[in-house]
Amino acid sequence: MADATTTQRVVLGRGGAPRRSGRFARRENRLGWLYAAPTTTLLAVLFIAPIVVVVAMSASRWTLLGGAQGGNFPENFTKVFADPMLGDAIGFTLLYTVITTAILMPLAFFLALLVQESRRWNSFLRTAILLPSALGIASASLLFYALYSPQIGPINGILDWIGSFDAGASILGTPGGALWGTVVLVVWRFAGYYMLLMMVGLQAIPGDVYEAARIDGAGRWKTLTTITLPLLRPTLAMTMIMSVTGSLLAFDQFYILTKGGPNNSTMTIVQLVYRYAFETKKDLGMAAALSVLILVALVVVNAFQLKALRIGADDE
Amino acid sequence: MSTMRRDSAAQPATYVFTGLIAVLFLLPLVWTLLSSVSPNPGTAQTEGFGFGNYVTLFEYGAGLPQYLRNTLILSVVATAVALVVCASGGYAFARFRFVGRNALFGIVLSVMMVPYAALLIPLLVWMKQIGLQDSLVGVAFVLTLFQVPFGIFMMRNAFSAIPRELEEAALIDGCGSFGAFWRVLLPAVRPSLVTVGLFTYLAAWNDFMVALYLLSMDNAPLPLALVNMRQQTMGVIDYGATTAGVVVLTIPALVLFLALQKYYVRGFMSGAVKG
Repeated sequence: MADATTTQRVVLGRGGAPRRSGRFARRENRLGWLYAAPTTTLLAVLFIAPIVVVVAMSASRWTLLGGAQGGNFPENFTKVFADPMLGDAIGFTLLYTVITTAILMPLAFFLALLVQESRRWNSFLRTAILLPSALGIASASLLFYALYSPQIGPINGILDWIGSFDAGASILGTPGGALWGTVVLVVWRFAGYYMLLMMVGLQAIPGDVYEAARIDGAGRWKTLTTITLPLLRPTLAMTMIMSVTGSLLAFDQFYILTKGGPNNSTMTIVQLVYRYAFETKKDLGMAAALSVLILVALVVVNAFQLKALRIGADDE
Repeated sequence: MSTMRRDSAAQPATYVFTGLIAVLFLLPLVWTLLSSVSPNPGTAQTEGFGFGNYVTLFEYGAGLPQYLRNTLILSVVATAVALVVCASGGYAFARFRFVGRNALFGIVLSVMMVPYAALLIPLLVWMKQIGLQDSLVGVAFVLTLFQVPFGIFMMRNAFSAIPRELEEAALIDGCGSFGAFWRVLLPAVRPSLVTVGLFTYLAAWNDFMVALYLLSMDNAPLPLALVNMRQQTMGVIDYGATTAGVVVLTIPALVLFLALQKYYVRGFMSGAVKG
C-alpha cells in the first residue's frame, strides 16, 4: 500500500520543489493533520480561546460574582493605571528580577565550572545541587516558610547568635527580610537548574579550542574570558531569558512566604492580578486588563531577548 | 576539555569547599525531614520523636488521602495527555508536509512566549463555559498545555532522528501508518517519551498556581491544601504539620527524580527546556 513517507521520498526524489498536488500529497496532508489533531485541539481550546476571552474580558465590565455586564473599554485599563499599587508592584518586580538574575547567573556558571569534569565526586555534587529542582516552587516556599519561622526554624537562633537580630522577631517581618528571604529560597531552588543548562553549554565547546589556548600559553583567567565566556554566549543569553521571564512572573514564592507583605512591600505584578480578581476589587475585568498588559509586555520582552539570542548565535 | 583539569584533582581543600556547597543544598531538605518528627512546642509533636505531625496532616480537612489522590489524578492525567499530544504532534511535524504546518508549529512555540499567569483569569471563565469548572481533568489539560512546546520540540527531534527505512520496512510488512507508528516508531523514541513524561509529571505534581485559580478545596491537590492548611488557623500556624506535608510532597518527587535523573538531564541536552 502507498504511504505518505514513501511518497515524500518519491516526490522529493524528483528534485526541485516538492509537488503539492496529486493523490499522494493529499494523503500526506490528511495523515499529517490526523497526527497533529490532538495538538491542534489542545491549542485551540486551551490556548487560542483563552487569549480571545482575556481580551474580551479586559474590555468588559466583569465582576467576580456578577459575571459579564457589557463592554466598557477602556475603563478597566484606566482603573489599572490609576491604581497606586501598580507602580510599586512594577518597581518591586523589576528589583526582584535584577537581584535574582544577578545572583543566579554567576553562581550557576561558577557551579557548572566546578562540577563539569566527570568524576565520581562531581556526579555526587551535581546531584546534591540539582536535588532542590525536583521540588515545586510551592513546596520549596513552604519549606522555607517553616525554616524562617521563629517557632521551629533554626535561622532565627543562628542570626541571634551572630548578633544584631532578636530571636523572637520574624525574618519575613521586614521588607528587606522578606525580599532577601525569598531570594535565598529562589537561589536554592534554581541554582542547580541553571547550572545544568550552563553545563550543557560548556560541553558543546570543543576541547581542541582549549588545547590551542593552552599551547598558546593562555592562563586560566585568560582562557575563561577569551574563550569560555564568548563561546558560551548563546547559553548565557538563553539562561538569562529564562531567569528574567521567570522572575518577572514570580507568584508562588511571594504568595506563600510574604503574601505581598509586609505593607505590600513585596507585591509582584502577577500577585496584583490575583488581588484584583479575588481579594481587593473582586473585579475580573481589571484582572483581565492587567493580564493583557502582562501578556503584551512579556511577548515584547521575549521577542527582544530572543532577537539578542539569535544575534549571539550568529556570532559563533 | 575542562579549564580546571590539572590542578583541581584530589586536593583536600577542594573537597572541603565543594563538600560544603553540597551540604548547603542538602541541609534544608534534611532539616525538614528531621524537624517533621522532632519535638517542637506548638505542634502535634511536643515531646520526644514521633509521627504526631503526620497524624495531624492525615486528618486535616478532607484528609491526606483525598489530597494525595487529587494530586495523583492531576499528575497521571497530565502525563498521559502530554504523551499522546507530544508523540502524535512531534511525529506530524517530523514526517509530514501538511497545509499550515509551519503556522501550527509557530503557535506551538508561541505558547512559550505567553505567560500562563495571564491565561488563568480567562480560563476561570472559559473552563466553566466548556463544562470543566473545578475539574481535575480540566486542570490536567491546562498543565499539559504548558509542557507542549518543550514536549513537541523534543519528540519532533526524536522522530526526525529515526531512519525512514524503519517505517518503510514496517509498512511493507503490512502495517498501516498508525500500526507502524504504534509498533515501530514509538518504541524507538522511548527515552524521549520518558523525558517528556517526567517533566510533565513533576510539573503537575508540584503545581500550585493553576490549582489555586481553578480548583475548589474539595478538589485541591496537596500543595494547595498545604498552603490553605497553613492559613486556616490565623495566628496559630502549625509548622509541624507544614513540614510533614512538605516531606510527603517531596519524597515521591525526589525518588522519581533520582531514579530518572538521566532522562531529566536529557531534556536539557535537547535544547528545548523552558522553565
